[in-house]
Amino acid sequence: MVGRALRAALPVPELVSVMEHLEYEFDGAGPRPAGATALAGVVGSGNLEVLIEAIDLGGRCAAVVDTSVRGYGATWRQVLADFFSRHGMGDVRISINDGGATPAVVSLRLDQAAAEIKEEGP
Amino acid sequence: MRIARQSFYEATARKRVLGLLDRTSFVEFCPPREQVVSPHLPSLGMPVAFDDGVVVGEGTIDGRRVLIAAQEGGFMGGAVGEVHGAKITGLLERAADTRPAAVILLLDTGGVRLHEANAGLVAMGEIQRAALGARHAGVPVIVAIGGKNGCYGGMSIVARSCDWIVASEEGRLSISGPEVIETVEGIEEFDAQDRALVWRTMGAKHRRLIGEIDALVADDMAAFRAAILGFVGRPRPLDLDALEAEHAMLARRLERFWDCADGMEVWARLGVNDPADVPALDAARFNALLGAVSERSR
Repeated sequence: MVGRALRAALPVPELVSVMEHLEYEFDGAGPRPAGATALAGVVGSGNLEVLIEAIDLGGRCAAVVDTSVRGYGATWRQVLADFFSRHGMGDVRISINDGGATPAVVSLRLDQAAAEIKEEGP
Repeated sequence: MRIARQSFYEATARKRVLGLLDRTSFVEFCPPREQVVSPHLPSLGMPVAFDDGVVVGEGTIDGRRVLIAAQEGGFMGGAVGEVHGAKITGLLERAADTRPAAVILLLDTGGVRLHEANAGLVAMGEIQRAALGARHAGVPVIVAIGGKNGCYGGMSIVARSCDWIVASEEGRLSISGPEVIETVEGIEEFDAQDRALVWRTMGAKHRRLIGEIDALVADDMAAFRAAILGFVGRPRPLDLDALEAEHAMLARRLERFWDCADGMEVWARLGVNDPADVPALDAARFNALLGAVSERSR
């Protein structure tokens, strides 16, 4: 009886954290890359995977991020904006599965994916 | 010019596939851009992978058509979830239909992905059935083990249900992992922190010496490729006689080694003169030693 009363009085803890889903759009700044698709990185603690695809976006760029660490939307926007401005590409979509990578690791994986899709022939 | 060695251990699943198959021959099924991902992980607040941690597809090795799967050990320890398992099962079922020269499974896994519970367990049974189905159709199934996770849990049972196993010294093969044994049986039974003990009891050299794997190679992509190629197109018999012979071998082994507490004691009984030296031998010297230990004694 006591146990039951205690349990009812306690606040219900949030047992499951929820992934954060973020979407961004940027102006394109260059040609569509040579390759069709490339993948860099592996999803793990402090790591992420970046899928980069050349698709018709009217010259613009898009990014979709699913991350296990909530509340960093502004940082993601800055890292992605920096990436697109440095690489000068258009008609590119980035999709990311993130296990809590730091901005430096994110930039590294983005650069690796970009290097691969630029090299890759059609 | 000497070409630098390419490590199998350090490579990702994708790099392993590209390193083993003929250049530009690989065609992936359910590639990352199709985003066939786990339906279970998001509800637990966990990130998915676009390939659910396994790369599957078709290609050629030395011009011979093969199907290949490679587990990505960096994603959730290479553990088998529902989609991951379905991709391997589908590949093996395809083999029974299209009869390639071999199916190659690059395993790097702790076993079932516990987050997916029953779906992962069911997947394991399906993979096992499909592997035996491919073998029944006459397609050899070749396993390679040489990643960070070794090959544990249900996938170790799958591995031993296949035709051939190739491993590097870094590879380990066992049903229960060191931590599981220590937790269940106590540290007196097995000290999981004793890495040398782990390798003496589960490592590829021990498995090769007692005949559970068929080739031990250096941690080198070219060495893995050569050893795998040696088994392509070579199915082992899958019939009652073969099964009974295996059971008889296991009974003899139990009778002979049941009281051994360490791999080194087993090796001494097998006729290895300096069992304490075995862990330090490189692949070439180990294989020379293996040749000297008579086949009869194993």
